[in-house]
Amino acid sequence: MQFSEQWLRTFVDPQLDSAGLGHLLTMAGLEVEEAEPAAPAFRGVVVAKIVEAEKHPNADKLKLCKVDAGTGELLQIVCGAPNAAAGMKVPCAVVGAVLPGEFEIKKAKLRGVESFGMLCSARELGFSEDHSGLYALPEDAPVGTDIRAYLGLDDTLFTIKLTPNRADCLSLTGVAREVAAITGGEFRPLAIDPVAPAIEARRDIVLDAPQACPRYCGRILRGVDARAATPDWMVRRLVRSGIRSISALVDITNYVMLELGQPLHAFDNAKLQGAIHVRLPRAGEQVLLLNEQTVTPAADTLLIADEARALALAGIMGGEDSGITLDTTEVFLESAFFAPDAIAGRARAYGFGSDASHRFERGVDPELARGALERATRLVIELCGGEAGPVVEAVATDALPARAPVRLRPARARRVLGIVLADADMLALLRRVHLQVERTGDDILVTPPSWRFDIEIEEDLIEEIARLHGYDNIPAIAPQGSLMMLPSSENGRPVWALRHLLAARGYQEVVNFAFVEEAWERDFCANENPIRLANPIASHLSVMRSSLIPGLVGTLAANRKRQIDRVRVFEVARVFERKADGDPVRGFHQVMNIAALAAGQVVPEQWGERARSVDFYDVKGDLEALFAPRELQFAPLSHPALHPGRAAAVRLDGHMIGVLGELHPVWVQRYELGTAPVVFEVALDAALAARVPAYAEISRMQAVRRDLALVVGNEVPVERVLEVLREAAPALVREIALFDLYQGKGIDHDKKSLAFKVSMQDTRRTLEDAEVDAAIALLVTHAETVLGARLRGAGA
Amino acid sequence: MEQLDQLVQQAAAEFAAAVDGAQLEQAKARYLGKSGALTERLKALGKLEPEARREAGAAINAAKTAIEAALEGRRNALREAALLAQLAAEALDVTLPGRGGVQGGLHPVSRTLERVERLFGSIGFVVADGPEIETDWHNFTALNTPENHPARSMHDTFYLEGHDDVLLRTHTSPVQIRAMQAHVARHRDADAMPDLRIIAPGRVFRVDSDATHSPMFHQVEGLWVGETVSFADLKGVIADFLRRFFETDDLQVRFRPSFFPFTEPSAEIDVAFMSGALEGRWLEIAGCGVVHPNVLRFGGIDPERYTGFAFGMGPDRLTMLRYGVNDLRLFFEGDLRFLGQFR
Repeated sequence: MQFSEQWLRTFVDPQLDSAGLGHLLTMAGLEVEEAEPAAPAFRGVVVAKIVEAEKHPNADKLKLCKVDAGTGELLQIVCGAPNAAAGMKVPCAVVGAVLPGEFEIKKAKLRGVESFGMLCSARELGFSEDHSGLYALPEDAPVGTDIRAYLGLDDTLFTIKLTPNRADCLSLTGVAREVAAITGGEFRPLAIDPVAPAIEARRDIVLDAPQACPRYCGRILRGVDARAATPDWMVRRLVRSGIRSISALVDITNYVMLELGQPLHAFDNAKLQGAIHVRLPRAGEQVLLLNEQTVTPAADTLLIADEARALALAGIMGGEDSGITLDTTEVFLESAFFAPDAIAGRARAYGFGSDASHRFERGVDPELARGALERATRLVIELCGGEAGPVVEAVATDALPARAPVRLRPARARRVLGIVLADADMLALLRRVHLQVERTGDDILVTPPSWRFDIEIEEDLIEEIARLHGYDNIPAIAPQGSLMMLPSSENGRPVWALRHLLAARGYQEVVNFAFVEEAWERDFCANENPIRLANPIASHLSVMRSSLIPGLVGTLAANRKRQIDRVRVFEVARVFERKADGDPVRGFHQVMNIAALAAGQVVPEQWGERARSVDFYDVKGDLEALFAPRELQFAPLSHPALHPGRAAAVRLDGHMIGVLGELHPVWVQRYELGTAPVVFEVALDAALAARVPAYAEISRMQAVRRDLALVVGNEVPVERVLEVLREAAPALVREIALFDLYQGKGIDHDKKSLAFKVSMQDTRRTLEDAEVDAAIALLVTHAETVLGARLRGAGA
Repeated sequence: MEQLDQLVQQAAAEFAAAVDGAQLEQAKARYLGKSGALTERLKALGKLEPEARREAGAAINAAKTAIEAALEGRRNALREAALLAQLAAEALDVTLPGRGGVQGGLHPVSRTLERVERLFGSIGFVVADGPEIETDWHNFTALNTPENHPARSMHDTFYLEGHDDVLLRTHTSPVQIRAMQAHVARHRDADAMPDLRIIAPGRVFRVDSDATHSPMFHQVEGLWVGETVSFADLKGVIADFLRRFFETDDLQVRFRPSFFPFTEPSAEIDVAFMSGALEGRWLEIAGCGVVHPNVLRFGGIDPERYTGFAFGMGPDRLTMLRYGVNDLRLFFEGDLRFLGQFR
């Protein structure tokens, strides 16, 4: 909502400057978004009359003017404007004037002729972009008057951002009422003087949908001159409210809407047939609107119709065929109340909005229609002439919004707000915004005025008290409560621990969008049926991701383009899949994952380490560190994103919790990554779980270590060998760990040698050699039987 | 006697001339060895008269002690010299860079969220979570946002294809409803429900994309419901938080009346720094208010007995102000040159 401060001050004139007024509006909930001067600072410009305009003796495009600027003598001024002509009244910057941009006007010589001032265009004075010629002033403009005073340029244009509950402030009257309430200034509402009917012409009105339109006032005016000029004062107020001047009749409807908040519509009465019906559409009915759009109104869109056809979308937009034109001489003026529920959302459904629908869907004062119609009638007669018929008003009283009294408990208001405020002060505050108050015992019964749609429950009144008392006057206190410790479980870690751990291992956290391109889901997840957005912002952000890996690959690609070779990134975020019994939202599975990607050199190029690209085992080490001391298990895996020979399923306590692997070379090539990154992605829940340590007795007995080198087939995973050894190990074996892997000379090319450290110990006694030997023999035999392994060094 | 003194002097001189352990041992042998000069003299003692033998023996022993002392002195000196030489040889260029990788870092918004969680945690707020694909009911209806509310239009909200009642949450406020319902269920049998204090950081989505809007961004929801919670408490908590977060008292906080369907009274929170690049400008940082009774009812809580306050902050904005970032989009572009600045 934009308006002129000068106009506002005709309704209420508080003792405040523009900045002070703006601050108060903002702090009352009418947020001032902008406060712009109507024109930039300039001085020394007056109304002047061009008395003579001759051709400049030395220049074709310049004119030599004699100008009366009210100084008592004619000024000689050289002017280049094409429209400069004798008899015209224009703004004249006299010698000594300062124009916008600190441009001082001095006596000058132009092509050999002296010039004592400058005649101005609108752009030169900074109040519009028009520079086609001199700014023509009305013929009756008094010569010598300061132009700022004459055009009312010492004005501020306020733009306020109204919250949807304050539709009552969508007019000068509404804002003024509010300003009066918060400043204590006197509110001077517009005095509305009804126009007595001079003719008998009338049109009947039928409310076919009284719930949607419980009140409709209409009136015929005859003998109207639609070509009459809109007076400057009205044009100025409209323009300063952001509304273009179109023609006198249209301007009047807009003007009254701004003044009072009641949207009006003017029909060409000659184009109407019979009674006006306010009704819902019939099947197949169409309306050609003023914006030249033809719509087939939905069943719940209210129409204005006559007996022949639909004319307009009620409260939204008039029809092209029934609207006024410059040739109109008979007007039918509409001023109605449409229920917010009957308008809300409708305009948007057709892809547009209007000043009228904006107001009706938020709530127009249902008692305003008749007064606004009288006000508009008077303006039409004043500006365009004509005679008015009687006001025809159709009302469905039962369907008008009722303003039921609301009970306020002052004690509750004090408790909710945390303030000390006497009942009497609350009563006074509520009265300031025209609420009727009545004491009943401890409570206050409050009846809101017809224009307040937002006061229905006690909280609405508490808010009103807070607002009028001033949010600044509510104390900011440190809350008091009973002190209770928060749980801090050792069975889990905060996600921050994981983030810091990965950061310490060189990974940078990124945040990627939850929606990705469909190709990523297909390529990296083999997901042919991703969760699609109905209204994506762009085609490359159209489906919900089921994995974090593609996003990290995207991050890698983007950084490679920025010549960054070494990339280590991770993300903690949600992934999305379809799942019939999803929790908590049916149909969708959405859990948090943690994923990381490493590519390029294992450490930045440096003097003390040999250059080496990051590989599977580097990243595996990082993943293992993330879960330590719990041990993960790994098994070969086939995964669409990953190299088939370098991909692993990650398991914890027998459950698959994620994947680890090198990106498939096909994707490395297609996404132009250069070298293959290694990635992992695991369920965050699994990574967050931790266990409370439990003490086990430390043996005082000597531990025995034996090394065991086994030769097995290349295809046998180490984890399998360990599993077999552990199966066979007697109780005295404490630990079996791999410490060397050898392939090459002395070992068949399809075999590998694995060296294990076997630690043995008993808690109560020293082990004897014989039982140690027996244990090792048991391990070897079992490995031979199950895996076909042989002891290294033993004959084949 | 004189001969013995000479011998001691001679030995000391030879020891001093030895440049390493081997030479020193050879020199030692010449005096103290089996056929060393002193040993020979000791052997010769037997030929003397007892009186003379005692005298001569004492003299020889004194000489031996002197020679051994000289030997030990030289040994220590040589050992020390060898250690010094070794240390000198082992000296490193301590200015060479240390070995190994470089640190990664948290995303700047994560840094903010970690601090937000810690600050609110210090007065008893626990972290709550909710789904990002959310039901229309939790995102709007339960938050008192009516059917025809503009926020429900496709212009603002991402909907999923084939579902008109499921959407990407447009704010973290639906976590309020889930947390209230869970809290009520947990304390169903208690006479008085303990206070509910949660903080819910997360990602939210709106159909909006320009220099100051991203289709995905972060929010932090806060909620405190109890028997005595007031608007004044809300002001106190928020003002306290902002001063702790920005680590300055040089900050003005303003609560400005506003409107949200799920709170009443509602406020926008503006801050203004009293120094620095943004001095004196009011910056919108959060929306907040007293929880609307309908929202409490949807959460299963009796609004007559309990009241609450809620707020929704923009951690992206907080991060920008804290670190002087001027473009929101940088947070979501994964540019390591940008992200690496927040280690």
